[in-house]
Amino acid sequence: MDQKIKESIELDINSNDVHLFMKGTPLFPQCGFSSTVVQILTYLEVPFTSTNVLEDEGIREGIKEFSNWPTIPQLYIKGELMGGCDIIKEMFENGELQEVFKNENLLNQ
Amino acid sequence: MGMTKDELFEILDNGFSESVIEIQDLAGDNDHYAVKIISNEFKGLNKIKQHKLVYDVLGKKMGYTLHALSIKTEVPKE
Repeated sequence: MDQKIKESIELDINSNDVHLFMKGTPLFPQCGFSSTVVQILTYLEVPFTSTNVLEDEGIREGIKEFSNWPTIPQLYIKGELMGGCDIIKEMFENGELQEVFKNENLLNQ
Repeated sequence: MGMTKDELFEILDNGFSESVIEIQDLAGDNDHYAVKIISNEFKGLNKIKQHKLVYDVLGKKMGYTLHALSIKTEVPKE
């Protein structure tokens, strides 16, 4: 992977507590899976930042290699890959996701 | 692009021995599936690692041959 791309990904996930690599933007998601994750984060009122992989082919391919995870969206919490759409949805539905945010003090007070 | 439900089942069935695999065809276009895999191989792994095992079994097909796959993994109940 290109070193610049790797550094850019690392900067995104290490300088933001909650960061989402997605297709589109939170206001205009361009994929149903990305949209679902945005809706969950919005519902929980967790502040998050995002990268639109459709704007950068290097990031779009690079993030899959970086995490060894073949699909987008990818949600990172405190620098760790937490999951894609299915995992985040499942964790939200059984309350695990809320616990993670609570334990990391990431819920909006 | 895409693959039939039978092809997908065979790949997963070969990859996870002694498991229960359910596949749901979501759109009828050979490209959107939901799979549920119940296997002992997931024991002790977090969700990310469980799903990574599924992706490992699918190999390069995920993201190239197959675009949309919804995954649910479970450990068999004792």
